[in-house]
Amino acid sequence: MTASIIGTSVRRKEDHRFITGQGRYTDDINRPGQAHAYFLRSPHAHAKIKSIDTAAAKAAKGVVGIFTGADIAADKLGPLTCGWMVTSKDGSPMKMGAHPVLAGDRVRYVGDHIAIVIAETHAQAKDAAELIAVDYEELPAVVDPAHAADAGAAQLHPEAPRNTIYQWELGNKPETEAAFKKAATKVSLNLTNNRLIPNAMEPRAAIGEYDDGTGGYTLYVTSQNPHVARLVISAFIGLAPEHKLRVVAPDVGGGFGSKIFIYAEEVVCTWAAKKVKRPVKWAAERSESFLSDAHGRDHITHAELALDADARILGLHVKTTANLGAYMSTFSSSVPTYLYGTLLSGQYNIPAIHVEVDAVYTNTAPVDAYRGAGRPEATFVIERIVEEAARQLKLDPVEFRRKNFVRTFPHQTPVIMAYDIGDYDASLDAAMKLANAKDFPARRAEAKARGKLRGLGYSTYIEACGLAPSAAVGSLGAGVGLWESAEVRVTPTGSVEVFTGAHSHGQGHETTFAQVVAGRLGIPLENVEIIHGDTNSVQFGMGTYGSRAAVGLTAVSRALDKIEAKAKKIAAHVLEASAADIVFENGEFKVAGTDRKLAFHEVALNAYVAHKFPTSEIEPGLKEGAFHDPTNFTFPAGCHICEVEIDPETGVTKVVNFTAVDDFGNVINPMVVEGQVHGGVAQGIGQALLEHGVYDKESGQLITGSYMDYTMPRADDLPTYKLGFTVTPCPSNPLGMKGCGEAGAIASPAAVINAVTDALGVKEFDMPATPQRVWATINRNRAAAE
Amino acid sequence: MYQFQYFRPKSLDEARKLYENNGDAKFLAGGQTLIPTLKQRLAQPTALIDLGGIAMSGIKVAGGVVTIGAGTKHFDVASSADVKGAIPALSHLASHIGDPAVRHMGTLGGSIANNDPAADYPAAVLGLGATIKTTSRTISADDFFTGMFETALEEGEIITEVSFPVPEKAAYMKFPNPASRYAMVGVFVAKTKGGVRVAVTGAASSVFRESAMEAALTKSFTPDAVAGIKVSPGNMNSDLHGTAEYRAHLVTVMAKRAVATIA
Repeated sequence: MTASIIGTSVRRKEDHRFITGQGRYTDDINRPGQAHAYFLRSPHAHAKIKSIDTAAAKAAKGVVGIFTGADIAADKLGPLTCGWMVTSKDGSPMKMGAHPVLAGDRVRYVGDHIAIVIAETHAQAKDAAELIAVDYEELPAVVDPAHAADAGAAQLHPEAPRNTIYQWELGNKPETEAAFKKAATKVSLNLTNNRLIPNAMEPRAAIGEYDDGTGGYTLYVTSQNPHVARLVISAFIGLAPEHKLRVVAPDVGGGFGSKIFIYAEEVVCTWAAKKVKRPVKWAAERSESFLSDAHGRDHITHAELALDADARILGLHVKTTANLGAYMSTFSSSVPTYLYGTLLSGQYNIPAIHVEVDAVYTNTAPVDAYRGAGRPEATFVIERIVEEAARQLKLDPVEFRRKNFVRTFPHQTPVIMAYDIGDYDASLDAAMKLANAKDFPARRAEAKARGKLRGLGYSTYIEACGLAPSAAVGSLGAGVGLWESAEVRVTPTGSVEVFTGAHSHGQGHETTFAQVVAGRLGIPLENVEIIHGDTNSVQFGMGTYGSRAAVGLTAVSRALDKIEAKAKKIAAHVLEASAADIVFENGEFKVAGTDRKLAFHEVALNAYVAHKFPTSEIEPGLKEGAFHDPTNFTFPAGCHICEVEIDPETGVTKVVNFTAVDDFGNVINPMVVEGQVHGGVAQGIGQALLEHGVYDKESGQLITGSYMDYTMPRADDLPTYKLGFTVTPCPSNPLGMKGCGEAGAIASPAAVINAVTDALGVKEFDMPATPQRVWATINRNRAAAE
Repeated sequence: MYQFQYFRPKSLDEARKLYENNGDAKFLAGGQTLIPTLKQRLAQPTALIDLGGIAMSGIKVAGGVVTIGAGTKHFDVASSADVKGAIPALSHLASHIGDPAVRHMGTLGGSIANNDPAADYPAAVLGLGATIKTTSRTISADDFFTGMFETALEEGEIITEVSFPVPEKAAYMKFPNPASRYAMVGVFVAKTKGGVRVAVTGAASSVFRESAMEAALTKSFTPDAVAGIKVSPGNMNSDLHGTAEYRAHLVTVMAKRAVATIA
């Protein structure tokens, strides 16, 4: 096998176990003597807890232990925390209220965790939980971010007056104001970015275990980043020293961001395992997932664009209110700030940008990163207002975009990012061709003859991923670095084990990482094993989110550089040649200009038997590690085109064509990448047309708490996608890759809503464009016209 | 789920006795609503009496009547050549209930005894003027559905079969709730020997007949006859997915489209 395996659509190695039911998820693991946990949760959006009486529950059948916030406080277990410090424009640090792992004297959202009930069976734990008597004093609640900072609104945390966590800004205010002063045209737009509920296929789960013999804890958990979980639970929550806590994230059934975060349940199960001297297992029911997984998005935005007389963009001003829910989740502060404001320049030359973001507490589930995290929100703002600007100026939206495209690289935006490379015309051209955009007017006319409304919408997006240069994110407030680690262990027989700090929960790393190794070393794919997810076997790593597998792959690539360098030295001794004369190609070490050579596995064996090289100069063995810190973000970009057809009688919007042309640089496995685009676009169409997390404004109850009311996208909601790729290789990593996991969800909502507003002939339309909302708009416009 | 006793009687007589001897027993007839309700701990019966062990499934077509046993699964109705031949609208309706798992478990009797306001079958039963046979009597469709989750069934009374008179023509048009795929509005239109019947499910607290549309279609069985009829939103359901006004509007649209398929 040669390097050509990189870039080919080999089938996923992991799928055999997944599709034959042999995956091993947290809930599949059963530890000897384990007991089962159920969490008593708040039925109220906001209430004081006057007292908790657990006596009757403790006496119930099968109960092993019941613990409340008082027990947590007695053990001085620290609160959950947010690891990214954001500073307000007045220089003050963000105002974070405490987030105890079990509630103290107050609950702040429906689903807030009050007590853990541990019993012999899950059903017994649930029965006992019903016997816990909590005396609540209900308090007024606020769930609407638009009114969270109002005078007189319910107050959640004493640390954050008017529920305001921070008032952040980025960009250049005076220059932006000057741009608007000299503008020939101003465009303004109100936007809502709807709250989403993640719904990974596998609900969250945890098993905590304590070994009294060693004094060590083990936590099996549905996590995208087990080392980060260990660090936070050790250093911030203070459960155990880091070396006495092992975190295992086995097969994980999807995360989309929601399994990055450190949650109360996993901490409490681990802590309680020592209390009850038994392993403690908890697995969420789907209803609990709806209530207690961190939600996504939930922005309210007003945006304004300044243009000169030649339709060139002069400036952009954006004012956003971001709902962070009742508590600050692990990375919540960064999502509506550094992952949002920094992307507002889009693919365009915008000389001046000023963005202001107020983050507020509300009596809702915490909001944090969800596939795209800040970048879908930014793309929605810039791609909606650019489309609207073209319409207002009566220009072709394509020509308007081209007029303002960035074409010279590197390009420094006014909002931190320095785009390294791209060709936005190329992806736009390719997408228009695939979508047959030029014949759209004929299709629209044909639809009109059938009484249907057709619309076409573009989204020429850019995103920043491959998170991220550590010093850069550190200077912006991140509490961690965002490098990645790899260790490559070659066995004496020449097979390879790769230990990666990246975590795979659907991305197909076991295949794509192996492709890079197999291609590089010229060995069969099946001789490569990718190992991840266990802090006992894998060196510290940062995990997978933010389309950052390219960082992990580069770490692997760097470790392979070292393997190759050492193997060459060993081969030189065995072949009795100078190391400088050894060339490595197609899996063979050759003496240049001769027919003397060794296969990779022969060098591996020599490395371990150590007979033929001086061990005083070269250590035996063949194992190398690397920690790779990226020098820049990667900047995937491209063009999505959505064509919708609306039935004006019912308001049903059907996506009839969806085209995505993405520039992900060099692609390791096109099939896997296409799969990522399919899933991302499904979630983007889901956000635009279907999904909406809704809380009742009065009671604060989650109305969309099940699939009866939360509209998950289904196969028949989605079209057959037309996909294409353009390539500008990324200059900041040796493989030339860019991230691909989030682009679909980032780009697509704006394309869909641009198509819907095009079809309806309206300026603004709040997501999701449900049949009822579309019909109501048509009905209202018809009534206004009559 | 709370604990309960489970019985699977072999006969209706045995089922009746079990019901009488267990304080708060419930009949299980497919369980596609009851089991999720139990899982959510929203009901706490002392016993479940599973009617699945009693022979009451099957489809007969004779004398202009399609008779379907109460225990017949939705899938069997949907895939029956006899039903397709006699009342294609009925097999079409059954083929769009829930998802494949639901259609292989749920039963006709279970569905109409539950009378979920958004269920499909009540529209066909009422729209075709079917007759419901129980362990103690026969009940006409017009008398059977009495309110939200309420029917004319007495305590312990079990539906055994439903007889659908074969209409001249019939059609069912459903607008599914985008999330649950239950009927947000479903309209069953039938031209029967006894006249035109229009039954609406999903829109209000229980299935109902739309008499203005029946009168209009009696005069002229065309889509245009109903297209202009505005349904009052007064009694319509209203929720996240559809206001009363929207549902009222959809009744007209679905009725028009149902007629269009058979006019």
